[in-house]
Amino acid sequence: MFWWGDKTMRDKILYFLGAAAVLLIARNIYVISGLPGEEAQGAIFKIIFFHVPLAITALTCGTVACVASILYLVKKEMKYDALAVSVTEVGLAFLAGNLITGSIWARIIWGVWWAWDVRLTSALVCWILYASYLMIRHAVEEPTQRAKLAAVVSIFAFIDVPIVILSIRLFRTQHPGPVFFSSTGSFPHDWSMIMMWNLFAMLMLGTVMTMIRLRQEEVQREIDSLRRLAHAF
Amino acid sequence: MDFARLVLVIAAKDLRAEIRTKEAINASAAFALVILLLFSFAFDLDPDTNREIASGLLWLVFAFAGTLLLNRSFARELPNDCLDALVAAPVPPSALFLGKALANYVLLLVIEMLSLVVFGIFYNVRWTAQFGELMVVLALGTWALTIMGTIFSALTVNIRLREVMLPILIYPFLVPALMAAIQLTLEFMAGRPVSIGSEKGGWWLMLIGFDVIYTAVTVVLVEHVLVG
Repeated sequence: MFWWGDKTMRDKILYFLGAAAVLLIARNIYVISGLPGEEAQGAIFKIIFFHVPLAITALTCGTVACVASILYLVKKEMKYDALAVSVTEVGLAFLAGNLITGSIWARIIWGVWWAWDVRLTSALVCWILYASYLMIRHAVEEPTQRAKLAAVVSIFAFIDVPIVILSIRLFRTQHPGPVFFSSTGSFPHDWSMIMMWNLFAMLMLGTVMTMIRLRQEEVQREIDSLRRLAHAF
Repeated sequence: MDFARLVLVIAAKDLRAEIRTKEAINASAAFALVILLLFSFAFDLDPDTNREIASGLLWLVFAFAGTLLLNRSFARELPNDCLDALVAAPVPPSALFLGKALANYVLLLVIEMLSLVVFGIFYNVRWTAQFGELMVVLALGTWALTIMGTIFSALTVNIRLREVMLPILIYPFLVPALMAAIQLTLEFMAGRPVSIGSEKGGWWLMLIGFDVIYTAVTVVLVEHVLVG
């Protein structure tokens, strides 16, 4: 274990969290595969154990991105910008996972890959909003200007999400209603526990991915400043 | 000078510049006409379908022609460093922004009225059934388009691929406002009144809410966009 000694405390935590997240997901997959199929839907129903945690994790990422963006505009410290971009990229990946799992489920239960239903449309609009956040980042070269513009877009996007959801709810819906935390749901208690464990695993995975991405941002900034220094001479 | 006067001065300056050059408004009006022409090939036209797709079609024309117009709003200030001079002038960024938005609003409304008349003639749709209500929807929907378009025009003014970025950014953000405007226009063109308490009345609140929320947020954030 000679390489372990050079790692900083933060790296050690990162490795530990990453390993724990992977182990936990493996354990959850094992438990979920052992469950019986649902009465009406059969085995495909189990996709919900991933579908919902992915959505909640993505939503959490969006919230963190908005807070980080506001903090950047107030304090003008680059670390908040780095956090915002890292967490947005990770959230976008989780939201993509949510859309894909939903699409697979819809193909089998509804018979179509996609329906223009309230939640599907909101999720897609949300994904496009945050994708445009990343696009604007690519279009701006100068770091402080990039951080500033991206922060404004991120705040706009976060405000738009509830309005989009509300507007499409006015329009039409065919998505199944919520089965957790609601009185109409009929989800057995121990299944809810499995769901919670998977949500925990996904959040942990999201945290690890954000931390890795954050470190890339820091290294990138260090490289940039070294390059500037080299050019100065 | 008080805030309102500053806003009007900026708006008057922009309108005067536009009336003298006519570059954005000509391009935008011509583009609206071209899209109206293209749509006639895209759909099988009979009076019933016309009425059904009319409102969606119209708002797409407004949104497309609008971006062309809004793209110029801040980009026009780039030559001779006019934008730097404007930011340095003793005008608060929010007044500068609202002034520009007001000028864009007037120009966009002109284009829209023009497209509406042309549309009525070409597609044989009677759109005057509920003229007053339709004008209110037009006013509210256009303000949503303008406020988002102007802030993103300011955001993208200094970046590469400006012309490409603006449409990509504003259309997803405008989804709720465009949906509300399309739904309400559809009802009014068919001659069905929509009161706030009714089933479709939620769209009124959606449109007004969108306008109020985004006007407030943009006025707060525009300082970061323009000055930093």
